[in-house]
Amino acid sequence: MQPKPPPNPGRRKFLIGATSVVGAVGVAGAAIPFIGSWNPSAKAEAAGAPAIADISKLAPGEMMIVEWRGVPIYIVKHSEESLNQIDKNLERLADPDSATEQQPDYAKNKYRSRKKEISVLTAVCTHLACAPKFYPQLGTTDFDSNWQGGFFCPCHGSKFDLAGRVYSGVPAPDNLPVPPHYYKTDGLLVIGEDGETA
Amino acid sequence: MITKIMNWFDDRLPITATLERHLTKYPAPINMNIWYLAGVLLVVVLVIQLLSGIWLLMNYEATAEGAFASIQYIMRDVEYGYIIRYMHTTGASAFFALIYLHMFRGMMYGSYQKPRELLWVVGWLTYLLLCMLGFTGYVLPWGQMSFWAAQVIMSLFGSIPYFGEDLLTWIRGDYLISGITLNRLFALHVVLLPLALIVVIFVHILALHEVGSNNPDGVDVKKFKDKDGVPLDTKPFFPYDVMHDLYAIGVFLIFFCTIMFFYPDGGGYVIEYVNYEPADNLKTPDHIIPAWYYTPYYAMLRAITFPLFGLSAKFLGFVVMAAGIAIFVALPWLDRSSVKSIKYKGIYSKVFLVLFVISFFVLGYLGSVAPSPIRTAVAQFFTATYFAYFLLMPIYSKYERCKPVPDRVQLS
Repeated sequence: MQPKPPPNPGRRKFLIGATSVVGAVGVAGAAIPFIGSWNPSAKAEAAGAPAIADISKLAPGEMMIVEWRGVPIYIVKHSEESLNQIDKNLERLADPDSATEQQPDYAKNKYRSRKKEISVLTAVCTHLACAPKFYPQLGTTDFDSNWQGGFFCPCHGSKFDLAGRVYSGVPAPDNLPVPPHYYKTDGLLVIGEDGETA
Repeated sequence: MITKIMNWFDDRLPITATLERHLTKYPAPINMNIWYLAGVLLVVVLVIQLLSGIWLLMNYEATAEGAFASIQYIMRDVEYGYIIRYMHTTGASAFFALIYLHMFRGMMYGSYQKPRELLWVVGWLTYLLLCMLGFTGYVLPWGQMSFWAAQVIMSLFGSIPYFGEDLLTWIRGDYLISGITLNRLFALHVVLLPLALIVVIFVHILALHEVGSNNPDGVDVKKFKDKDGVPLDTKPFFPYDVMHDLYAIGVFLIFFCTIMFFYPDGGGYVIEYVNYEPADNLKTPDHIIPAWYYTPYYAMLRAITFPLFGLSAKFLGFVVMAAGIAIFVALPWLDRSSVKSIKYKGIYSKVFLVLFVISFFVLGYLGSVAPSPIRTAVAQFFTATYFAYFLLMPIYSKYERCKPVPDRVQLS
């Protein structure tokens, strides 16, 4: 015997459709807390507050490291000699004019800084986020036969000059980022905010 | 009486039927060789990892402040804690060594070909889960290498154009790798991923027992059956295979214990020395080297130093590395050969398989040493040959001259 077709096919169709829609909305709604809870918590966001550095005792050729949002920020005071290098090595750089947005507008100049003698750089290699090491000396090094001073990433061999500009032909694609920063006084540097003058 | 009790159970739970299907009547080809041991040893290692993992969990503390110290506590103060931990670290390396052998076996004998495509795909899923387990577990001791490996691997997601940075923050749950990140990797490593792994391995074995084991000749053993319908060139898995497997497990465990007791660091490969320093987010180790089982893919990542089609070198490196792991899944559809086993395939298949193995080892070496321009060039070359094995397969496997395949298995 042929089974009887179910009565009210229209009603069944509606019920199947309505149940599916409510089910899908339910799944989407349930996904929100599970996905959302992976976002930074209030505690993590509070820890991202600006860092303040006293740079009054920083001598030319020296570098100091401060921590902001858990990453090292390199503050380098350049000597006259190294400032003179800034235009000399351009053909080996991938982005000598800082065309990519790796710095705030006030640092979009050839020194990539607010003050030409002080570089403020996020020491996170643009390749895979290792901290490049500071090699201020000129000449032959393990990784370069004609080193002009700058940063060398020990992880994958990326090279940056003293202004944090990346060399071409290395894994890192971009210049080292310049974090938002301003000078509260001459010797007091605030990292993480652009300040009112920006 | 016993029959009656068994019947009572069998009416309610298919005990006898399951045992027969998967053990006492599972037909295993008689010509299976030593390569067929990796599978059963993988199950042994799975048990080792589950047990030692649960025991580690009893003393481990998943916080940025306490993780490193809790590992030292396990190593020094917990009775036999050091053995439990070395069991787990040695087990991790053994897991990968065996799964690579197991995969290579499948590639040699064409075990991914019809009708074993799904078996191969599910097996590839276990490999993927194992990679995730290896990575998440590696971060938990919160040493320098844990931290920086997490930094490097997670920042790969940041290289995805447009939404990479937001995705990265979401994955980390912070603006940096922090205790928050550690906690979520911990949850994945001890609950979600092992649970998924067990399910996937279960499905893998179900699929295997549906289509039956391949063999070194790649012939279909089900073609010739005796009058009871049992394939002629097979023997029951239990007791015949189980017996020699037990012997092999014994030999394997002797090797395992030798490493666990006497060379737990494995020369810096099983446990990297840098990881004996607590994580420091301001100080990058001189060389960031992943665990040995990822080094071939790490070398691929580093080999891509040039942007292409408007995509950054970093993102392309990520894509190539992911493709290197993912491409295995396509093997059943890349191989157009009419024969399964390398024994009867033509010269090109043999050459390319050898080339693949060489590429894998050379990349593995290059991924474990510091980069230099020459090494990068060599890595680029062998990345190309690695992919050539896969991508040229539709051509060379189709047009080469194969040897005739016998009807029945060959016993030498």
